[in-house]
Amino acid sequence: MSTGNVENWTGNIAEIGAAYPFVGFETPLVIAGVAFWLWWHISQLRAESRELEKEEREHGNADSLNRVINASRPEHKPW
Amino acid sequence: MDNELTALTIIFTEFYYWVTVVFMFLIHVGFCMYEVGATRQKNHMHTLMKNTMIIPLVTVAFYFFGWWIYFAFPNGPWIIGDLLAAPFATANSELMGTHLGGPPVQEALSAEDTAFWARINGVFWAAFLLFSWTAASIVSGAVIERIRSSAFWILAVLIGSVFWIIDAAWGWHPDGWMVQKLGYHDAYASGVIHAVAGGFALGVLIPLGARIGKFDKDGKPRNIGPRNPWLVTVGLFLIYTGFWGFYAACNVPIIDVQSGDAILFSATNIYLGPTTLSAITLNFLMSLAGGMMSAYLISKGDAFWTYSGGLAGIIGASAGNDLYHPVQAMLIAAVVVAIIYKMHFWVERRFKLDDAVGAVAVHGYAGFLGVVICGFMLWGYPASPNPEYATINPLGNFIGAIIMFFVLGFLPGFIFASILKFFGILRVPPAIEIVGLDVSATIQQEYDEVAMVEAERATVIANYSKGA
Repeated sequence: MSTGNVENWTGNIAEIGAAYPFVGFETPLVIAGVAFWLWWHISQLRAESRELEKEEREHGNADSLNRVINASRPEHKPW
Repeated sequence: MDNELTALTIIFTEFYYWVTVVFMFLIHVGFCMYEVGATRQKNHMHTLMKNTMIIPLVTVAFYFFGWWIYFAFPNGPWIIGDLLAAPFATANSELMGTHLGGPPVQEALSAEDTAFWARINGVFWAAFLLFSWTAASIVSGAVIERIRSSAFWILAVLIGSVFWIIDAAWGWHPDGWMVQKLGYHDAYASGVIHAVAGGFALGVLIPLGARIGKFDKDGKPRNIGPRNPWLVTVGLFLIYTGFWGFYAACNVPIIDVQSGDAILFSATNIYLGPTTLSAITLNFLMSLAGGMMSAYLISKGDAFWTYSGGLAGIIGASAGNDLYHPVQAMLIAAVVVAIIYKMHFWVERRFKLDDAVGAVAVHGYAGFLGVVICGFMLWGYPASPNPEYATINPLGNFIGAIIMFFVLGFLPGFIFASILKFFGILRVPPAIEIVGLDVSATIQQEYDEVAMVEAERATVIANYSKGA
């Protein structure tokens, strides 16, 4: 009893083809994989949009931006 | 594999591609270091992750459909014929998993398919996948410091797992329609990887726009040069190193190239035409040398352009580096680098395009020119061992260069980036660009550092200040 086509390595190995478990379920496996991949992109896009909106609310005002610009002015550098 | 010689040939081929993949991984390490080194500190982590996540996202897309495209699209499809069957390359094929080469379970496959592909499919897939990462990484460098990661990753999947592999099916498959009808020759991917990715980057840059402050009010460009030259240096050296693996992966290591009854084993280029590792080693190094020498002179010793010129030199000679004389490779590289250097700054001034690392020039223009020059240099040579296919010629390679740079590179890049812009998800808001794309992580780090200092101060007061 095994989850795949291999139960031992003592037979004729040249007759062994697909050696991964659950041979025959490749198509549903790929559908699940594609769904996971697409879900990742959509999920990441939404999370990034929320994050950018939040950051823009917090930092997108003149005070905050002027502080950043002043802090990065060349005369603040040591050289 | 019923005798030792066959077994040795198959397992050597399997091992050969496996090693090329390990080498090519260094290209991606190099691109990451290079891009971060060229990025202002406020955007470091964003740049790093934008490039790093190419690895998983392009990999899974290339597994699901990219590999199949290469074998299914050599006819177009419907340019010179139908879609081709490629049952060993579909994501649900048993040959896309652990397989020992025995009889197939799936009806679409034959015993010959399993015997041939079981030990080659994975490593050959990975070699092509590493080209996919490279294509996406080329685009990544051009768009740093203002593109949204989510938008870039969609574009990375499109160039890495769709458009470059369509062009590979057309112009880099032994039976691709461009090889058959145009006599297209591009042995080490001047057009197939570099022109298409450079063209795609150019297409994205137009709707994306320049970084805030890149151009003054008169439209004169400002230099936002490398922020960490040492990181850029190591990154580019790693790209050079990985390029060895790239060249080797474009070859078939051992195959009988002799027609008729005689037998002659040789390495071949991707079109199965004979070449040698010795030849491509000579030409790789001489084109690198020509590119660096030319770039050093024309840029007046600028380190960034000297390194990039080395890359552009190789790219400019790559289309014909299976057959060129090494001195030809060197001179072609030198000429190409001089042209692309001038073109980069002319395009920047004329069209106000902000290509942060010169990717369009180093890869796009150099790749385009490399293909065109190859058409003249190898005029009349066979494009394929198949004598019925067209021979290499200037017009065929010029049309091929246009297909690579504009049709499969620039146009899709422009169209898909414009769609993302229409939905407002292509670029970060201006305030975030000014504050820096790492704003949340940076501020949290500063909060934590302040809190750490306060905790340490409290500890000093509690434990060391008694009686003071």
